[in-house]
Amino acid sequence: MTDQLILPGRRVVRAGPVSASVPLRPVLVTVLALAGALGVAVLAVGHGEFPIPPATVWEVLTGGGTRIERHILLNLRLPRVVCALLVGVALAIAGALTQTFARNPLASPDVLGITAGASAGAVAAIVLGGVAGSLGVPLAALVGAGISATLVYLLAWRRGLDGFRLVLIGLGIGEILRGFISWVLIRAELVDATRANIWITGSLAGRDWSHAEPLALALLVLVPLALAATIALRVLAFGAETARGLGVRLQRAQLFVVVIAAALAAVAVAAAGPIEFVAFVVPQIALRLCGGSRPPLLASAMLGALLVVGADLVAQIVVAPKELPVGLLTAMIGTPYLLWLLLRRSRKVSG
Amino acid sequence: MNARLRGEGLHLAYGDLTVIDGLDVDVHDGLVTTIIGPNGCGKSTLLKALGRLLRPTGGQVLLDGRRIDRTPTRDVARVLGVLPQSPTAPEGLTVADLVMRGRHPHQTWFRQWSRDDEDQVADALRWTDMLAYADRPVDALSGGQRQRAWISMALAQGTDLLLLDEPTTFLDLAHQIDVLDLVRRLHAEMGRTVVMVLHDLSLAARYADRLIAMKDGRIVASGAPDEVLTPALLESVFGLRAMVVPDPATGTPLVIPLPRTATSVRA
Repeated sequence: MTDQLILPGRRVVRAGPVSASVPLRPVLVTVLALAGALGVAVLAVGHGEFPIPPATVWEVLTGGGTRIERHILLNLRLPRVVCALLVGVALAIAGALTQTFARNPLASPDVLGITAGASAGAVAAIVLGGVAGSLGVPLAALVGAGISATLVYLLAWRRGLDGFRLVLIGLGIGEILRGFISWVLIRAELVDATRANIWITGSLAGRDWSHAEPLALALLVLVPLALAATIALRVLAFGAETARGLGVRLQRAQLFVVVIAAALAAVAVAAAGPIEFVAFVVPQIALRLCGGSRPPLLASAMLGALLVVGADLVAQIVVAPKELPVGLLTAMIGTPYLLWLLLRRSRKVSG
Repeated sequence: MNARLRGEGLHLAYGDLTVIDGLDVDVHDGLVTTIIGPNGCGKSTLLKALGRLLRPTGGQVLLDGRRIDRTPTRDVARVLGVLPQSPTAPEGLTVADLVMRGRHPHQTWFRQWSRDDEDQVADALRWTDMLAYADRPVDALSGGQRQRAWISMALAQGTDLLLLDEPTTFLDLAHQIDVLDLVRRLHAEMGRTVVMVLHDLSLAARYADRLIAMKDGRIVASGAPDEVLTPALLESVFGLRAMVVPDPATGTPLVIPLPRTATSVRA
């Protein structure tokens, strides 16, 4: 047989027992997005009342700079930017996982009620106090996300998981939780309500290392697990019967993906509040940039980092010297996209 | 006759709805077996149970003497391939991507694309005449090409046994013949054991070594097509009055349905 199988746009890598066929475009997009994210990050740490040029940023990061520059950069601005990058990574991977798994671009953690659960937990902690209050806001957000994810999963389960059912149940649970949040906010003292409101819009203002460190640790565990899940994920995207025919332990694989996605969304929301639409939009942008049939995880992660750190910088610039919550900005990007997606889909269905 | 795949005392149900109650079946090695029967007789259900896509509520499916539900599903997937009825590929997936996924049961997280994977995928594409389409998105193919792409995926899996649930649904006659010729060659040139569900009786007779006729969840007859396809059986299983004549092209039984009343057809 002379004619060989040629896979355009891929590079075959083989060394000993290790082998892979690497698609080149996602690699390129990942590298460019990473470079972009780091570039914007340098601008972002330099931005503020005390501007620091990129060259000085580099000096400080490599151990130089004056004491005041070191203090401003390392203690005040860097944790916020690191938070922004990591939150973007976490949300984007969470969205890529759920969208692939549910075979539905609508199925992001925002739509599936996971982020609403986190918000409900955080608002309860801020306003109601009691048990929720003693947990602290981030932990209460984690618990809220965990409860709502479990609830959606159990209610959507019917001898297997169906993507469409998952989206509908998620929307329902999300609405109930938003109702709960409104109810709590109406009862709240003005001070608490204001604090809670800023939190549920999603903001990176005032984030320090106590926010960035646990987030970084969580991602150190969750991102490799998410990458390991891609092997099962690309077969799960074929639907239940085909996947099982190919030897996937369906229920275990589905549970694994849902748990990783929910955990990623939850740690991101616990650190920065529900920065809306990142998990929803970024994987789809990554998919369009990279081509293929499902959002690539690493490219999504880097684009997520770029979007959040960029949006946070813009949010600090547009109404300077005040600043907008970053979640407001991402929502302004995300909402038109959601409308476009819905219109395009309904047109497809109706002919 | 040896049977690597068998069902014993199978009881199959969807929730409370029992479809099959106490059925034994042997899949004879090295043959093309076709299951026929009226709508709702349980033929697809039986195929799903044989392919461990449906867990029996009673009885057991044995693959090489081991209970299939107690064998790691990955190990099963290296021996037994299943192609569900009208499977769907994710939007934008290329034919090559689809066929590559057939290697899933042979891959580990570090062994993602071995020389063997590449050869098997290339062979599967060549076999089904899909090599030239490797780069096309599956959703842009015609119905016949799409079905060939899926069969190619099942082929790349490299299994001795292959279960196909209505591989010719939604295909026009020429493409049905295309797909069935391919199935026949799988058996003749590669010695694969194939079980499929088909609706067209004459095509079933032409392309199968063995027919299994089912009605109401039971096997009514099984054997060579000319033993199974008799006017009496067609009457009792399908409620169809028909003549059976030798197919002028192949000599296999050809079913000619008779009009129910003289006025129901043009004179």
